[in-house]
Amino acid sequence: MIAEEPATTGADLLVKALIDEEVEVVFGYPGGAVLPIYDSLFKQNRLRHILVRHEQAAVHAAEGYARSTGKVGVVLVTSGPGATNAVTGLTDALMDSIPVVCLTGQVPTHLIGNDAFQEADTTGITRPCTKHNYLVKMVGDLARTVHEAFYVARSGRPGPVVIDLPKDVLMNRHEYVAPNKPVQHKSYRPQLKPELKRVEEAIDLMAAAKRPVFYTGGGIINSGPRASKLLTQFVRTTGYPITNTLMGLGAFPASDKQFLGMLGMHGTYEANLAMYNCDVMINIGARFDDRITGKLAEFSPRSKKIHVDIDPSSINKNVHVDLPIVGDAAHVLDDFVRLWKAKQPRVDHKAMKAWWAEIDKWRGRNCLAYKADKDTIKPQFALERLYQHIKDRDCYITTEVGQHQMWAAQFLKFEQPNRWMTSGGLGTMGYGFPAAMGVQIAHPDSLVIDVAGEASIMMNIQELSTVAQYRLPVKIFILNNQYMGMVRQWQELLHGGRYSESYMESLPDFVKLAEAFGAVGLRVHEPAKLDDTIKQMIDIKKPVIVDVLVDKAENCFPMIPSGAAHYDMLLGPDDRAQKPVSEEGMVLV
Amino acid sequence: MNAPQLPQGQLASSHTISVLVDNEPGILARVVGLFSGRGYNIESLTVAQTDPRENLSRITIVTTGTPMVIEQIKAQLDRLVPVHRVRDLTVEGPHIERELALVKVKGSGEKRVEALRLADVFRAKVIDAKTDSFVFEVTGNTDKVQTFIGLMEGLGLVDVGRTGIVAMSRGGEAL
Repeated sequence: MIAEEPATTGADLLVKALIDEEVEVVFGYPGGAVLPIYDSLFKQNRLRHILVRHEQAAVHAAEGYARSTGKVGVVLVTSGPGATNAVTGLTDALMDSIPVVCLTGQVPTHLIGNDAFQEADTTGITRPCTKHNYLVKMVGDLARTVHEAFYVARSGRPGPVVIDLPKDVLMNRHEYVAPNKPVQHKSYRPQLKPELKRVEEAIDLMAAAKRPVFYTGGGIINSGPRASKLLTQFVRTTGYPITNTLMGLGAFPASDKQFLGMLGMHGTYEANLAMYNCDVMINIGARFDDRITGKLAEFSPRSKKIHVDIDPSSINKNVHVDLPIVGDAAHVLDDFVRLWKAKQPRVDHKAMKAWWAEIDKWRGRNCLAYKADKDTIKPQFALERLYQHIKDRDCYITTEVGQHQMWAAQFLKFEQPNRWMTSGGLGTMGYGFPAAMGVQIAHPDSLVIDVAGEASIMMNIQELSTVAQYRLPVKIFILNNQYMGMVRQWQELLHGGRYSESYMESLPDFVKLAEAFGAVGLRVHEPAKLDDTIKQMIDIKKPVIVDVLVDKAENCFPMIPSGAAHYDMLLGPDDRAQKPVSEEGMVLV
Repeated sequence: MNAPQLPQGQLASSHTISVLVDNEPGILARVVGLFSGRGYNIESLTVAQTDPRENLSRITIVTTGTPMVIEQIKAQLDRLVPVHRVRDLTVEGPHIERELALVKVKGSGEKRVEALRLADVFRAKVIDAKTDSFVFEVTGNTDKVQTFIGLMEGLGLVDVGRTGIVAMSRGGEAL
């Protein structure tokens, strides 16, 4: 007797597995190797597919979707160039710990290794830029692999996971395997709950501090909104100052007077000096990145350091810490809040008063001040005005990479997590626009703005076609200084003002460009007309490009030059002559 | 292999690390890629399936680094999804290390006799013999294997194959 053939093809199994993983949207681009999946997508209406115009944009869109919702972003691309184009996005997601599952097509198993048409060694290429990857060789493994991939992507320290799917596997038939819940992976078991003894030690250390500072990062955001709530509660209970990394903005309300702003290379004077002078540093979900520490040998030399991280490999990597705590931020903060309440520690109020007085003195330097101009729009002014128009709205911000990104981090204030999407670790120009598409898909009625530079936006400008197709009312707010601003700033500071290749010649007419794609283009160069333009941008229920012509020569301050210590900040253009960059600093990025 | 980078005040030392992993395609590439991608040293690396029922392989890596780097290497290895366990045998109590080498020596007359005599001293086995050559199998710690190969250099050494180090903790405990 001939056994009855199981009814489901690999492609159908895949779609079913995605639905069971509560996927709603897939960002992708079709091609030969994934045609069976596209056929399965065609035959159903539970999954929505968003057709991007370049695979890199698919990954960034999935990242935007993931960062603004806390869910896993899903990408579908074909073999060969589809997969290689996704590599930048995957690396970006890895560096910023963003949960993404990327499905890549592959040539049929019998052709693998034959240099077949559109063949690439996708698992080989993506191994160093994913949290994990799989090559599914048998249809019987497909559903289980998909479920495992989602678990790996979203649990522990989140990250991108690639599943490479040969075409014959997609066409063969097998029975479906539903996800196991709760998942028990045989070897991968991230530690969520901290050791209680360590938490108690941390409470004692924090309570005895005279000059404490909280330094928190993207780990709080990744842990979920509850972690932000607990952080806010705990920081307010202690009364201690807090600074956020670029990735961590929004985890603590920026309007709170305990908030010192962002720290690091372009962070505030008060945040960096608090880090330098503190006696107890409480790092939760940040990784002592080189943009944060500056010169390592002089990084917060007199402090005891507590480091809470879900990833043990982040601990003691760059900076030696005194009290490491491995665990999920929300779990640890839960314990912090509970134990602090139980112990009712006596904080040294006198010391705290003196510490805050010192911080207020640093704050008094007003490090974000800039010289306003009557005739030209300063980029900082543009963002200040933008903030005034969006602060009471349901708004999400993404950015590209460069000066505009740093100004956005300095001048836009975030009261909630998941509202700020930027490429931190990898620094990917071209991230912001596709990410904004992903955010807009997740939040169709919210205001989504990509704060961009005129150089970065050109890197994924083709996505104007995508926003046109899906009528996504994404706003692109370009701070146009006709330079690759950050490159020019470094050339000015470090290379004698030789602006080698950093000038943007032959820029498009952004207004006409918008119109060519059915979007609306606006241009403004007078400070007096800026408010009206921003209002217009917000009111138009279509994609809008705003070309804000800003001061071409403005530099981003404060700045810790590369290789310098926290106390060595440049506060403005007049500061820099006295502090030449060291030779070691020149080598650093 | 890169020279180890030494932050001031920290000394690099050699560590033998045992890693229990799922025996699946690409696992060795993951481990080796981690070392090359992050600029760590590999002095020796051995890998083979050790538990066919559970489909597990054991990788033994000898690496050099400062305490901070070694701690990083272990944490990074442990972070790989198919890795079950990572143990630093060098710091976790006494352990034994063994290496096997096949050593081919070609020659005649007094040199040939001397090679055979030394092989006996080192308890190396003759596993292939022709009238003008021997292949010896020698087992021991790296020092012993190295010394034997050194001695053979003057006696017509033509080829060496080494397994690299396998290691295990002393006593009844499993990895």
